[in-house]
Amino acid sequence: MSYKYIMENAIEIKNVGKKYNITHQKGGYVSLRDVIMNILKSPFKHAKQKARKVIGKDAKEEFWALKGVSLTVKKGEVIGIIGANGAGKSTLLKVLSQITPPTEGEIILNGRIASLLEIGTGFHQELTGRENVFLNGAILGMTKKEITERFDDIVEFSGVKKFIDTPVKRYSSGMYVKLAFAVAAHMEPDILIVDEVLAVGDAEFRKKSLGKLDEVSKTEGRTILFVSHNMAMVEDLCNRSILLEHGKVKLIGETKKVIGEYLSKSNEKNRAIHNFRIDQHRDNQVTKISLLNDRNEPTSNFDSTKQFTVDIEYLVKQEVKGTMLSFLIYTADGNKLIHSDSFNYSGVIPESLEAGNHKTKITIPANLLNAGDYYIETIIRIPGFSSLDHRENIQFSISGENSLQGDVYGKNYEGILSIPLEHKTEEIK
Amino acid sequence: MKTTVIKPKKTFSLSDFKEVWQYRELAYFFAWKDLKVRYKQTFVGVAWAVFQPFIAMVVFSVFFGGFLEVPSDGIPYPIFVYSGLLFWQFFSSALSDTSASLVGNASLITKVYFPRLILPIAGVVIKFVDFLIGAVILAGLMVYYGFIPDPIIFAVLPLLLLITFAAAIGGGLFLSAINVKYRDVRYVLPYFIQMLLFVTPVIYPASIAGKWSFLLALNPMTGVIKASRAALFGSAPINWELLFISLISVFVLLIVGIIFFKKTERYFADVV
Repeated sequence: MSYKYIMENAIEIKNVGKKYNITHQKGGYVSLRDVIMNILKSPFKHAKQKARKVIGKDAKEEFWALKGVSLTVKKGEVIGIIGANGAGKSTLLKVLSQITPPTEGEIILNGRIASLLEIGTGFHQELTGRENVFLNGAILGMTKKEITERFDDIVEFSGVKKFIDTPVKRYSSGMYVKLAFAVAAHMEPDILIVDEVLAVGDAEFRKKSLGKLDEVSKTEGRTILFVSHNMAMVEDLCNRSILLEHGKVKLIGETKKVIGEYLSKSNEKNRAIHNFRIDQHRDNQVTKISLLNDRNEPTSNFDSTKQFTVDIEYLVKQEVKGTMLSFLIYTADGNKLIHSDSFNYSGVIPESLEAGNHKTKITIPANLLNAGDYYIETIIRIPGFSSLDHRENIQFSISGENSLQGDVYGKNYEGILSIPLEHKTEEIK
Repeated sequence: MKTTVIKPKKTFSLSDFKEVWQYRELAYFFAWKDLKVRYKQTFVGVAWAVFQPFIAMVVFSVFFGGFLEVPSDGIPYPIFVYSGLLFWQFFSSALSDTSASLVGNASLITKVYFPRLILPIAGVVIKFVDFLIGAVILAGLMVYYGFIPDPIIFAVLPLLLLITFAAAIGGGLFLSAINVKYRDVRYVLPYFIQMLLFVTPVIYPASIAGKWSFLLALNPMTGVIKASRAALFGSAPINWELLFISLISVFVLLIVGIIFFKKTERYFADVV
């Protein structure tokens, strides 16, 4: 290996942009009937529209999910990508992993690239763990020979050896994720893209996974792009980070500085109000999540002694039977703290989410959560059947300085909940 | 070290085919997965691959061969219809599978990169396995009815399979790309395939159309089925001209399919 080779850049992103066209069409996917009906109903209008489209004068709305993004990553570097929801992180990763092409610009990748955009992709419920290791490995770009060679290591790392010949539909979600991560971690790419995968699994396994990533980057000289809302993890793993905002690069530099910028007061609103792009192919979707304190100000930092609210706005284009909105809170360790559906409170199970634009206000009472970082997830789903819309990793933090416990213990009092429990004391005679 | 350049995609180039070749193992894995999964939790398992054409043969033989007395060029009707069905089912099931391959694998397409062409190709490979299983029955029937195939079958069979393969994949690619945008395809296609069965000489001989039989020749499967019968049963000499026309037409279909597919591929992940 020559010196020049070592100094090579692993990734060169040059002025990359990705444009989406937003068409304001009602309903789910386009059907041929609609198109034909449109032509029949107003042939001239349609012809005019088509003509405008051809000469490029169409007044369609454009949305740049990425614009003018440039970044150079050296071999062996671990780069954190941070930013609020909708800042373009996922789009950047999708472009990098060739799932969707950029609209402009150029990216040069030196070496084999692999993405853990969503681990377990391609796992088939009916197949056994062993079979899925091979299938998943192949999907991730490994050859059969490579998988066979690493099979024992993968199984060892996953810790599900006992169940390797059991169909994965019988696995717990933890086992599933462990096996999936193990496959991905052993594929030995030159460039690895990691997106939020570590938010799942138990604390011990997460530690192991982080260790593996660290080892992979340090000893084997692999380049890692790490996307997470968990700032502690980013700070742990990455020397350099990039902050994205509205599809543009806000800051590139030392991780501490970038995280500082992200968490700064001026960025407060970006972390409190999350707008999601409307996907015309979905019938049900959450469009906005806002975090508001007791004075209705947008913030993602709350006082443990004050109540705060989460506003979830959602759009139902077409009523789908059996849908409901689920709201979940996770701890920073990835443990599910609460799962709340609207009917839990009202006691009436609704038939479905009604068509139209709605806003659901969820109040988290004062003195419930202890100081720490938390994550919100919203799902529009048909319970036990399918999920129609999924938003996760909406981060907020609680500070406990004003609580009584804070007075006594400072920042170090323990526990996830800070509900005051009654301590009834009487003297024993 | 491999260097990848990601740029805004234009049209397709020859390197795309090289890439498909590089990923051939993945095609094998997709086919392997589908074969493994398909007959899980079924009672008779792989026997389904045999039952389907077999039962169709029995029903067709009773109604068309028996009651309606459909001519069969002097070949016993059951084996006549079975040989047609074998190729027909390979074609029709491959066509419908391929056309659903992109939409059906949306979760994969939006998360992992691999040449998308792999998916329809894997779909056709699976159907070919079914074809092979069905062919065993044909061999049994040939023995039963005492037919000795013309040795030319070994020369002509690969060509026939190639045509069927290209027809299914060419049409399938075209339809799967349309299906990404317009889901109407999945409603229209089963109907279309049913209609197509009647304009293909599967249950009747091509000679039935008399002077209009040249119209049937536009359908590439006509050439395939005719030639396979000619070679298997020696009922008539192989019509090489017809076969050549079929070959040209499926080649055009394949090219159109690939171009259309590659054009749509650019925005698959954004639309699916």
